[in-house]
This record gives sequence, structure tokens and C-alpha cells, in this order.
Amino acid sequence: MSRVIVVTSGKGGVGKTTLTANLGTALARLGRSVVVVDADFGLRNLDLLLGLENRVVYTALEVIAGECRLEQALVKDKRTPNLSLLPAAQTRNKTAANPDQMRQLIEKLAGSHDYVLIDCPAGIEQGFRNAIAGASEALIVTTPEVAAVRDADRVVGLLEAAGISSIQLIVNRLRPDMVAAGQMMSVEDVVEVLAIPLVGIIPEDREVIVSTNKGEPLVLSANPTLAAQAIQRIARRLEGETVEFPKLASLGESFWEKAKRFLNQKVL
Amino acid sequence: MLLDFLDQLFSRHSGSSREQAKQRLKLILAHDRTDLTPAALEAMRLEILGVVSRYVELDSEGLQFHLAAEGGTTALIANLPIRRVKPLAPRPEDSLQQDAGAAPSEGGHLSSPSA
Repeated sequence: MSRVIVVTSGKGGVGKTTLTANLGTALARLGRSVVVVDADFGLRNLDLLLGLENRVVYTALEVIAGECRLEQALVKDKRTPNLSLLPAAQTRNKTAANPDQMRQLIEKLAGSHDYVLIDCPAGIEQGFRNAIAGASEALIVTTPEVAAVRDADRVVGLLEAAGISSIQLIVNRLRPDMVAAGQMMSVEDVVEVLAIPLVGIIPEDREVIVSTNKGEPLVLSANPTLAAQAIQRIARRLEGETVEFPKLASLGESFWEKAKRFLNQKVL
Repeated sequence: MLLDFLDQLFSRHSGSSREQAKQRLKLILAHDRTDLTPAALEAMRLEILGVVSRYVELDSEGLQFHLAAEGGTTALIANLPIRRVKPLAPRPEDSLQQDAGAAPSEGGHLSSPSA
């Protein structure tokens, strides 16, 4: 039984695409066959974060138009054998496909993969409706900021109205030091306000920028950072495993990590 | 350094921006979720005050009337401090007897679950 999960947030810039790339990679490394679908037509980025941009030949739009077979459009990730990408079209916009076409496309993908992860564009217009059309589950990504949480709540309402009842929350870019100082909402605050089940807490991580620079998902690293470990835990939770949430303090940088960073900045 | 520390120490109280963020969100989400226009909310407020005022004299100072998100539900929170009970409450003959006539208690707390 394959699972079709849309990764969505409402607000842009909260980390949907980074999460999709890394979660897809993490699930594939657990031995599952995974396809990540870029549903952000016109503003495609998932290929870049996976470092697969040079291997894109066809996109979802050509598949929908019948100009190529689905298998031809899928880009296999050589570093992660069970992972492939269905790229979005870059030249057209979000009205180039409709929800029915997307639903058919996703159904085909679900037939041959354990997980179909759909990277939803920001907003709640047609791009959003296309992205959720074939999904039966949703991961809501938010940061502990008022605008992101408000948009997340709006999206939860729209998902429920669309009949997607399995909705889980990921709180991204948490800064434990700021939470402790009363300058940022805690995960508990966000969960209390949104009232949906929590599946992941990802701390802010400078390595995300470095990894996107290189096109190498964080979770591939031999020494995974705290954020990468958090995403690996989300993958295991999706697999049905009970994985405890680490304490807030252990999500922050240790004294030595801070000292190392300081030295890197000042000395090197 | 010391000032920072003191600042952190005291910012844990309700004035912290963390707490402000949470309270502001609760309020705004309650409005988002119910999809009530400010005009409709105001009309409802006036009607409810009208009904309650027939029976008791309200203290206009402490009046509170707002929506709040509590978990998955939205509640209408109305806090209507009573100054004194009016001697002769004119009783309307229609259906209001069942609803409003049920005895508006002191500091009445109306809550209605909604989707």
C-alpha cells in the first residue's frame, strides 16, 4: 500500500522543498522506494536541492500532455538508489495543469512506489489545489512565527475541506536558545494553537544553506547535523516507529559547537 | 552581559514576545476559523448585550467579548460583569424565554464549539 503525502505550508520560505528533498532521501535510505514530485510549476527548485538539475529531460507537464512516458520523466538519484524525482516544468505557470490531471499522474506513481512525496507550492490557489489533488495525507511545515502559523492553520482548514484527514505537523527552524529566552514560540505553543498531531521538530541549521549550495541533501552526510537527525527521525515515525522527541536543550548547539563556529568565523 | 541576563530572566513573564505571539495567534485564528465578519460580530455583541441588559445592569468598564481558539475549537468568550439586577425584568413573550431566560449568571461565560 503506497502512501501519497503532500508537503505544504501556505506560507513560502518555511522549508517545504528542503524538507521534501531530505525526507524523501531519508525514507529511501530506509529501503523504501520513493518518488518526490515537484508540484511547483513555474518555480521549480526540488531538482536543485537534490543536485539533479542537470539530468532533467522531461517534466510532469510533458507526461500530462502525453509527450513522453512517465518513466522517461523520472530522474533517478544515483546516490540514493530507491529515490527518483518527477520534475516540474519551469517554463509554464501553475495553471498549466489541473487537479484531475495531477490526480491521474499521482495515481500512476503510487502504483510503483512506496511513498509519493509532493512538494506543494506556496499559496492556496491553483498550484495548491493541483498539489493536494492526489494526496491522502499531508505534512504541514511551519516555523514558530505568527505569519507561518496563521497560514498553516488556513491550510489545515482547506485540507480538511478537501477530505484529507491525516494531517501532521512539522515545526521547522526552531531556535531553542530563543525559546528559552522567551523570544520565540515553543513547539508546545505551536501545537497548542494549531491542534494537530506533531511528527517532527527541526532546529535551525546553518548547514542547510551549505547543503543546498552543493545540491546534497543534509541526510546524506556522514556526520548528520541535528537538523538532519531530526529529519531521519521523522522518516522513522512515518514508518510507524515510535521515536521520542529529544529535549529542547539537546536540539541547540552545544558549547563546543558554538566555540567551533566562533573560531571558524573569527580565525579562519 | 548582565543586562542581557536580567532581560532574559524577566522576559519569561507574560510580556515576553513569545507569549505575545501565542496570544495574538489565538485571537486571529479564532477569527480566521469562524469566518465571521467584524460587522457580524459587532451585531451579535449588541444583540447579546441588549438581551442581557433587559435583566441586569452591566458594568460597561469590564465588558469583554471576543473569539478565542482553544485547541481545535473556537469559543465565544463573553464576560459581562453585573452591576445590579434590575427589579422588574420585562419578559418578552416570544421564544427568548427558553434561551436567554434560562438565568444569565454572573460573569456569564458563553461558549459555542464551531468547526
